[in-house]
Amino acid sequence: MTETQTQPVTYIAVCRLDDIDPETGIAALVRGEAVAVFRTVDDRVFALSNFDPYGHASVLARGIVGTRGEVPFVASPLLKQPFSLETGECLDDPSVSVATYEVDVVDGEVRVGARR
Amino acid sequence: MSPHLRKKVVVVGHGMVGHRFVTAAIERGLTETHDIVVFGEEPRPAYDRVALTSFFEVGAEALSFLPSGVYEDPRVTLRTGTSVIEIDRAAQTVMLADGEEMAYDELVLATGAAPFVPPVPGAELGNVFVYRTIEDLEAIREAAKTAKSGAVIGGGLLGLEAANALHQLGVKTHVVELAPRLMAVQVDDAGGNTLKRHIEKLGLTVHTGVMTESIAPDSVAEISVVDEDESGVLDGKVSALKFKDVEEPLPIDMLVFSAGIRPRDALARAAGLDLAERGGVLVDEQCRSSDPHVWAVGECAAPGGRMYGLVAPGYDMAEVVADALLGGAGTFTGADMSTKLKLLGVDVASFGDAHGTTDECLELTYSDAVAGVYKKLVISEDGTRLLGGVLVGDASAYGLLRPMVASGIPLPENPEELILPQSTGGGGGIQLPPEAQICSCNNVTRGDIEAAVDNGCESAADVTKSTKAGSTCGSCKVQVKKIVEDYFTAQGKTVDTSLCEHFKMTRAELFDVVLIHGYKTFDQIIEAHGTGRGCDLCKPAVASILASQLNGHVLAKENRKLQDTNDAYLANLQKNGSYSVVPRIPGGEITPEGLIVIGEVAKEFGLYTKITGGQRIDMFGARMEDLPAIWKRLVDAGFESGHAYGKSLRTVKSCVGSTWCRYGVQDSVGLAIMLETRYRGLRSPHKLKGGVSGCARECAEARGKDFGVIATEKGWNLYVGGNGGAIPAHAQLLAGDLSTEELVSYLDRFLMYYVRTADRLQRTSTWIDSLDGGLDRVREVVVDDVLGLGTELEAAMAAHVDGYFDEWKATIEDPEKLKRFVSFVNAPDIPDPNISFGSTRGQIVPEVGEEPAAVGRSGARDNQTGPVSLGSSIPIGLPTLEETR
Repeated sequence: MTETQTQPVTYIAVCRLDDIDPETGIAALVRGEAVAVFRTVDDRVFALSNFDPYGHASVLARGIVGTRGEVPFVASPLLKQPFSLETGECLDDPSVSVATYEVDVVDGEVRVGARR
Repeated sequence: MSPHLRKKVVVVGHGMVGHRFVTAAIERGLTETHDIVVFGEEPRPAYDRVALTSFFEVGAEALSFLPSGVYEDPRVTLRTGTSVIEIDRAAQTVMLADGEEMAYDELVLATGAAPFVPPVPGAELGNVFVYRTIEDLEAIREAAKTAKSGAVIGGGLLGLEAANALHQLGVKTHVVELAPRLMAVQVDDAGGNTLKRHIEKLGLTVHTGVMTESIAPDSVAEISVVDEDESGVLDGKVSALKFKDVEEPLPIDMLVFSAGIRPRDALARAAGLDLAERGGVLVDEQCRSSDPHVWAVGECAAPGGRMYGLVAPGYDMAEVVADALLGGAGTFTGADMSTKLKLLGVDVASFGDAHGTTDECLELTYSDAVAGVYKKLVISEDGTRLLGGVLVGDASAYGLLRPMVASGIPLPENPEELILPQSTGGGGGIQLPPEAQICSCNNVTRGDIEAAVDNGCESAADVTKSTKAGSTCGSCKVQVKKIVEDYFTAQGKTVDTSLCEHFKMTRAELFDVVLIHGYKTFDQIIEAHGTGRGCDLCKPAVASILASQLNGHVLAKENRKLQDTNDAYLANLQKNGSYSVVPRIPGGEITPEGLIVIGEVAKEFGLYTKITGGQRIDMFGARMEDLPAIWKRLVDAGFESGHAYGKSLRTVKSCVGSTWCRYGVQDSVGLAIMLETRYRGLRSPHKLKGGVSGCARECAEARGKDFGVIATEKGWNLYVGGNGGAIPAHAQLLAGDLSTEELVSYLDRFLMYYVRTADRLQRTSTWIDSLDGGLDRVREVVVDDVLGLGTELEAAMAAHVDGYFDEWKATIEDPEKLKRFVSFVNAPDIPDPNISFGSTRGQIVPEVGEEPAAVGRSGARDNQTGPVSLGSSIPIGLPTLEETR
């Protein structure tokens, strides 16, 4: 396992895709950071920092997942601010966003890569 | 201000207006500088005399404005059953019946009025009553038990009220009126005749234009007069009425005088205060009498020489005096005597110059004798302005017409359309000016209503909450709604009642759709009736609807993705990501053993404990992964989920009740436990709270709850729609003196009706306001069962009660559900480092981080204190998925 800021970071397997119910998230610990991994109804996966920048707590994986227009999002369980699963941007205030991570599914296994 | 500098206000009379003066004085801050002593002659505190007739249905306690008999402000003393018999203005003292004297700095007379009993021979006989106090009604009820027929002398407002009461008590009732028509003050001949026909259809007999000459005693009385009664006063009971110029006497068993009122001004008269020509304490625009330290308000007062026999002007006077005593400049300059009311089921309204006394005025009438409708408009000579009118049988246009008179706006081209039957009261495009007063009870203009919309009100119910328009007599509600809707339309706004972007329907509509189709999952519902994949608004709403209909586990696999923050983990999420846990403690009753278990669990898991407002114990600071272990301990000790996390029943608060309390009249704890157990777990549009008080002292604060039950000597009074929170509301009486069985059946219906038809996050108080007809509509559906839904609603509740299970227990017994209760899917043994605690007053408090804690930044939280500081650092060399599997 390598961990630097400049070199490509390897993907870390965190769970099976089946471990995540469609339209929910789970929290994973990736290189010491709490990452919220979401699965949408069409089996796409997204990874965001689990930390809600408004509520200052590590909770986003526990939010409700839905769509606003075409954009899949998670509503923070604290005060319901919506964050795009694709970009991490707060849909009500583009000046605020949470970090996103590379994430993929290989052989049914969800893997989280570098912070984007 | 030091105590010896405090002044004293003495109030004589504790009726509606006296009570209003005290509440106004408290609200405006007069008690900061003044002590207030109130003497009430009646044995009980002020009650709603306007609703006196409903005493037979709801009992005295429900009418009371102050059931505890004590004002919350300790600087106010109320002494009921105490008469003031003399005022010494020079010494500034009053004398009580027992000789006690009390000094005053300011004296407020609120002695009200007394029923006028005409000097007819026989008026002092037995079974002859007046209609003014609860004691009068108690006596009338007693006499009605044996009386077959009775008469009411007086065909005005009060007389018809009394006739209604007699009629409802099963007495064959005659109304006797001296004037040629009923309600002579308010309506004209034709209106009076229409009213008469309505009333006679109900089985009452109306005698107009007759003068009662004497009241004949029964035969027993004649003997007793001769043999025993030395005073010469007739003894015995009434047996017949003898009318002038009418041969045949009218045989009756009881009689009620309701022929008007006279101001009670005897105290003032004896004290040498100026009186009005026709009685009443003469007062100026500030309601100050000829003595600068004596004030008079309500029916005993005559501002400008005129007495007002309605409560609204009395309330205005009470406010003016409270204001004046604080140095304010408010004045009372007369009142709008327009009236709209329902008498014996008939709508009657009169407004403005109802009798057409203005010079050269014109009248426009519409009369439908078959339908029993009569309407008259009084119009200015040039036909341009509305001056007044009378409506009988259909008063729906009142809300528009009364403000038209007050604002003086020009009449439309065809004014007859205002009263033709196709008119719905909307008035076909008539635009009232902004200053037109729409709600006369609370002085709210059209401009005020529109301003409330500008300030964010989104419905007529919002406007009523914010401006009070329509909240008192309700006669302008339709008009308020129309103004709000027109204003929305004018702004190009439509009132969007959609749940969210995914469902173009209201929650109530969605509830029906789900019920009709029998859907079981969100996916079925959104595919058939929605768009997209839902959001944090519609998903919890659907979850609640499905939970109400299916009684399944909220964490069942197919629907747990819908659950809001708290339901998703069956606990309450707190600010730092930890949870609080609240076991159910029905009615607040708990054993010492139970307390010890809660204490032990809290100690073991390092939790902060606090007693909640709902009489139970909340344990804070639980980590998500610890929840199942905490529940296990609680469930093993016999506890279950308290649903503190759910939009569902929270608690039914209770006082200690008749079991222990020396005032209690019913077992409030037993009932509270029964109700809490019955409705636990019921998913609803918003949280639900209940309360049960064992007597009218109301220690359980039941009227602050969605449903409140207050014990009476005969059973239970049921109140609904109470609310603490941001917009407090007192629960209103739905039905009185219920048996426990009736209570449960009404509550089942009420709650299910609410669950089915309210909007998401709509508490019962706003839901009731939003219904057309408000509380009356709820009563029609719940008590009168006009929709025929009673059985269905009760069956739905029975299904809920039968299907109840403890969500915590079901969760800890299901490994599939437990899988989600881990800190990290790939590192379940590592607690979330972002959750940390400090310490305050010997217990933990949450600490909120500024940025995500990460490995390698240990020390970032070195300053932590307190007993629990988990995960301040995480060892480098993290477990990978392989290692943790």
